[in-house]
Amino acid sequence: MQHSLKIVIVDENPIRAAILEDGLREAGHVHVARLDDTSHLLARIYSLDPDVILIDLENPSRDVLEQMFQMSRVVKRPIAMFVDQSDAASIEAAVDAGVSAYIVGGLHKGRVKNILDLCISRFNAFARLQDELDRTRTALEERKVIDRAKGILMNAKNFTEDEAYTLLRKTAMNEGKKIAEVAQSVVTAAELLK
Amino acid sequence: MSAEVKLRAGFIPLADAAAMIVAVDKGFAAAEGLDIELVREVSWSNVRDKLNIGLFDAAHLLAPVAIASSLGIGHVKVPIVAPFNLGLNGNAITVSPALYSALADAAAGDISDPMVSARALARVVAARRHQGVEPLTFGMTFPFSTHNYQLRFWMAAGGVDPDEDIRLVVLPPPYMVESLANRQVDAFCVGAPWNSVAVDLGVGRILHFVSDILPRAAEKVLAVRGRWAQENPDVLGRLLRALAGAAAHVADPANRDEVTALLAAPSRIAVDRDAIRRALDGRLKIAPDGTTRVSERYLIVGRAGASRPDPAQAAWLFAQMVRWGQAPLSSEILAAAKAVFRPDLYDAALPGETEATASEPADGDGVFAAPVFDGNDVASYLAASKIRRA
Repeated sequence: MQHSLKIVIVDENPIRAAILEDGLREAGHVHVARLDDTSHLLARIYSLDPDVILIDLENPSRDVLEQMFQMSRVVKRPIAMFVDQSDAASIEAAVDAGVSAYIVGGLHKGRVKNILDLCISRFNAFARLQDELDRTRTALEERKVIDRAKGILMNAKNFTEDEAYTLLRKTAMNEGKKIAEVAQSVVTAAELLK
Repeated sequence: MSAEVKLRAGFIPLADAAAMIVAVDKGFAAAEGLDIELVREVSWSNVRDKLNIGLFDAAHLLAPVAIASSLGIGHVKVPIVAPFNLGLNGNAITVSPALYSALADAAAGDISDPMVSARALARVVAARRHQGVEPLTFGMTFPFSTHNYQLRFWMAAGGVDPDEDIRLVVLPPPYMVESLANRQVDAFCVGAPWNSVAVDLGVGRILHFVSDILPRAAEKVLAVRGRWAQENPDVLGRLLRALAGAAAHVADPANRDEVTALLAAPSRIAVDRDAIRRALDGRLKIAPDGTTRVSERYLIVGRAGASRPDPAQAAWLFAQMVRWGQAPLSSEILAAAKAVFRPDLYDAALPGETEATASEPADGDGVFAAPVFDGNDVASYLAASKIRRA
């Protein structure tokens, strides 16, 4: 049985970090620590003494980590995943997913590859979730605007709700716009005419 | 005009990205048939990696990172070429008010002389050690950065060993000011506009423009992969012409208001216009009391022959890598480091654009401390430097 790897996740997004930590624990990694703010980053990392450091690419403190390769007096010298020229595909996938990994020299490549792959898939899953959330939020906003526009038309023109919606939809089709856009102009116009 | 070419270029929000930003936002790139998407990045590691793996076609890059990447030092080896200097100089050393007064007390002479201040620093360092106080901490931006080498060069000239006597830590530029304010660092070396931001907030005082130490230092380059340059000579030529036009536009004081507005935009550098303007004008408030210093050498973009890469400057940067134990020295590696800077590609794209540089330092760098630097004989230069790792 190989010793369990110590992994540090540096990510200022606590939800994404939690998702990644869960994934790593499910995969059997018990020594996972999360750093969600980057003050005294190097000192904290040295005290944790990890085998693998995962950091999101939106984090300016990535440059701080790079300093670790230059410190000759540190016994364990983490090296970048990128050092292995042969693994171009997984490097590209990682950068694309928005994550970078630093590993301690001498660690077996296969063991780290699994961690990186998991990291990539969780980062991508998080991005999809975020995207979905944004879309749901937009849809909700649009529905609110359409409801307000319907209300305005029902009052102004004595329409039923169905008639109001039909008018919005027809206008949108004629003008090549989204219903929400037409609804927004109705709301804006109504506010101007108040 | 050939068909429009789409390019992606990464940059870090700093004043010396000016030529790149103006090339895109003022239409110099479009006039050359280039549709450039500028991508703002948060770390030099990101810029380097995205350039290396091809997510960027071109980048605003620290000159020493281009050299380190080409030599495979500290990271994966990807040959990078620098056919255009986006800026010379532009960095400054800012110290906390407490360190400033300690240096002023210890100075034997005019503290604005970098040799006087470096020797004063040696005395402050010795006094702190004697009192058993923690060593001073200096912030810089990247292990392979001009800031790192400039700080080391300055303090070593005064007898301070940058590895033994003080702590040098990497800090992302946007965190510098806060770190100085909450005393995580006592001083830093960074580019514009962050020194001005620290002075404006009253937490720092500019001790030196780095041009006091090194009057002609390659700072940020336009970096492209060597292979990309080879495969796309026409596109590269158009890119260089767009940058040259933009750099000249930046250099002309008549355009300052417009250029400042373009740079300050939310998707570009996104800081206070006034701080950017001061960097472009070389007119910096150096102390919270409003003391101002003017120097046309502070940041040089698009004038004094700044845009044409000079291998002598690559040699100086490489010599620092060797001096501080980052790179081994051999004549082959020195030649490879110098070959990253490509005046030949510049000349091919911009024939007849070479400006006279007669009034510029003869050695290409203009070091403030002995020995005089000779880019062809790094070994003797290093042998004459007392404090060194190699």
